[in-house]
Amino acid sequence: MSKIRKSLRKAIIASGLKSGMTVSFHHHLRNGDFVMNMVMDEIADLGISNIRIAASSFFPIHGKLVRHIKTGTITAIDCNYMSGPLAEAVTNGMLKKPVMLRTHGGRPRAIMDGSLKIDVAFIASPSSDKMGNLNGVRGPSSCGSLGYAMPDAQMAGKVIAITDNLTAYPNGPISIDETKVDHVVVVDSIGDTSGIVSGTTQVTRDPVGHVIARHAADVIEASGLLKDGISFQTGAGGASLATAYHLREKMVSGGIKGSFGMGGITAFFVGMLEDGLFEKLIDVQCFDLDAVRSIRKNPNHIEVSASQYANPSAKSCAVESLDVVVLGATEIDTDFNVNVLTDSSGNIMGGSGGHSDTAQGAKLTIIVANLLRARLPIVVDRVTTKVTPGETVDVLVTERGMAVNPSRMDLMKSLKEKGLPVVDIVELKEMAEKMAGKPRKVSFTDRVIGFVEYRNGEIIDKVYQPAKE
Amino acid sequence: MGTNLLFIPGNNPSMIQNAGILGADTVIFDLEDAVAGDQKDAARMLIKNALESMEYEGCETSVRINAMDTPHWESDIRTVAKAGIDGLVIPKAERGEDIKAISEILDSIPEAEGIYLIPLVESALGVENVYEIAASSKRIRGIFFGAEDYTADIGAVRTKGGEEIFWARGRIVNGAVAAGVEAIDTPFTDVEDIEGLRKDTFFAKALGFDGKASISPRHCGFIREIFYPQDEEIRYAIRVMDTVKEAEKSGKGVASMDGKMIDKPIVLRAMKVLRAAGIKEDFRYE
Amino acid sequence: MEKRNAKAGSLESSDLLVVIDEKKPGEELEIVMHSIVEKQYGDRIVEIAYEIAALKGMDNVRILIQDRGALDYAIRARIETAIERFKKEV
Repeated sequence: MSKIRKSLRKAIIASGLKSGMTVSFHHHLRNGDFVMNMVMDEIADLGISNIRIAASSFFPIHGKLVRHIKTGTITAIDCNYMSGPLAEAVTNGMLKKPVMLRTHGGRPRAIMDGSLKIDVAFIASPSSDKMGNLNGVRGPSSCGSLGYAMPDAQMAGKVIAITDNLTAYPNGPISIDETKVDHVVVVDSIGDTSGIVSGTTQVTRDPVGHVIARHAADVIEASGLLKDGISFQTGAGGASLATAYHLREKMVSGGIKGSFGMGGITAFFVGMLEDGLFEKLIDVQCFDLDAVRSIRKNPNHIEVSASQYANPSAKSCAVESLDVVVLGATEIDTDFNVNVLTDSSGNIMGGSGGHSDTAQGAKLTIIVANLLRARLPIVVDRVTTKVTPGETVDVLVTERGMAVNPSRMDLMKSLKEKGLPVVDIVELKEMAEKMAGKPRKVSFTDRVIGFVEYRNGEIIDKVYQPAKE
Repeated sequence: MGTNLLFIPGNNPSMIQNAGILGADTVIFDLEDAVAGDQKDAARMLIKNALESMEYEGCETSVRINAMDTPHWESDIRTVAKAGIDGLVIPKAERGEDIKAISEILDSIPEAEGIYLIPLVESALGVENVYEIAASSKRIRGIFFGAEDYTADIGAVRTKGGEEIFWARGRIVNGAVAAGVEAIDTPFTDVEDIEGLRKDTFFAKALGFDGKASISPRHCGFIREIFYPQDEEIRYAIRVMDTVKEAEKSGKGVASMDGKMIDKPIVLRAMKVLRAAGIKEDFRYE
Repeated sequence: MEKRNAKAGSLESSDLLVVIDEKKPGEELEIVMHSIVEKQYGDRIVEIAYEIAALKGMDNVRILIQDRGALDYAIRARIETAIERFKKEV
């Protein structure tokens, strides 16, 4: 017996997909993904329309989907992050229904509690056997962890695995097992490796980024959390990853051993695991080839589902055990609310991803950012879009000073005692405006083009369409 | 001037506006080697405008003008002197009379009253004339040694070990001290080699240099750390200065501490230590 | 007779490229501005350009600005440099 269907088309027909239904995809193939475009083309070709597409994230390569919005094949979008032409099209109001923007933890919550009902889940699988035992670590398009696909596999009406690497039965290791899979389709290629994972994500060379990162590492030290058993997560680049670099230096000179690193795993974190600075890595997504290599070989490098990573309705989730998280921002306001979804002109160019999940879960949440981003002050009166609430953010670190959330007087005292450059967040805003000039306010229409759902299901903000000037 | 001086390319707005937070005691906005021949006017204008509108709170500012054998040097001086810099770095310094000429131009510009000079000695003739150069003007704060051009001039091979510049370094320190000014060592040019940087900087400090220049912000912290005096050195220096000031106040001819006479070299050394520690000391040795 | 033109600056981040072209005799001063932060600072950039053009007696030219998020000091510097270079063209 075999679940292999002769073609993608046949598999879609077999799944019973009809107009008006919801399909889902994961984003582990990132900007090298061929599957989403391939599937949507086939769905359109079958004359199926009015589809809600629920992908964990969309990248520039998915710009090809814009055409399906124009024709009415896609009429609703649900995701945690979007960038590129698709995001532009949504910003410009091409989609009739507002896009639903969730978090990496909120999406599995919604899938598990039924508020995001998936009719057919399409799982791009770097390897699969004929019965649908899947993993992400074998094959030419290896992407590492398949964490974001797991809730979909568990709860979707039908599950179709699409692979370019058919293995003998049983496949090993098994990330998603055959009990969840209905159909398997073999294609020539599920993605372009250079777009899936970069060679290695390097620590930035930008000296300003390092000034910020050094200060952020000083904050972590002054907070008292830098001791044996520390756990932390950083972003994959810029000042965020550079903070891991400086923290590592402090750990080495202090003889400190961490318990776990989490993310979005990059070569740098793999290096820390292999050098004994972490006992374990918790991995919901691999960002580069080193991370893929490590998760394949090292039992201490653990793949987790998106639900285990950050689902707030689960019995517990990993972000709740995190000591420190270092995150970026497009804007932060004087109440410490953070925007990572839109830029200051109101263009959708990102999304929470795991931002608000980790910010709420971690004991210490640090936002690192240049005071000015191409002239635009990072500190604003009110964020264009509120994604991460200020009460979950503890410190903002810029190259010209750091601001502590007034709700953390304990932290402010510790930082000041250590001689760190603590200033009021309003002062940072004024400093930025002095350097760059006060930015003119951007105007918006009344039309809602997106809902921002917080990890617990509450809608905390709306995205409005920018006015044409 | 401090213990670490960082070169900032003079035609690069991104680096210019961030220069103040990179951890350098003094930034050197470079109008010379970092700027293409046909962009000298653009860089000059950019630096002038930056100095006039940006605040560089955490550090001193200086400009490396073009050499006196180019058509640019005088415009460089006249443009930036009014913009609010602390000092000028004069490349290819070879004769006291050249420095004097620059000093006199500055004397004619009221806004330029406090501007100090740092002759950059980077040729055989310059190294030969160190003392003469260092003593040529009251505006001179220190002598800066440039090893890359120097070794090219004398036909030596530039190495990380620095044996080929050992003599020149010694002569620079000697001439500077004899003239009562500071000595700044040449930058370490391998940005990635931090171990090599530390070795080179330790050596420079041991030879008597007061500080070191760098071409990468990455090096600033290490240089400052290494030149920062030990606690005991600082305590000793404070005691020396207190003793000397006390002796002066009470009209005693000579100060003595721990049974030893405190003479000029000891006082100058103490002042150098306090400078490196960032402690202001206005004492003038008569 | 060849029309004069001059440029200054670059398209690097935090910089701007300024190009000045001579127009036909009798034609007005024209400022064309493109900026990555047009919505927030576009007005300010054009304001500075008009200010300096007036100060330097520039008429009869088109000043094209392509801005990559430069601060005021760099905008002033690049426009001034372009104007000086333009004037030197004979």
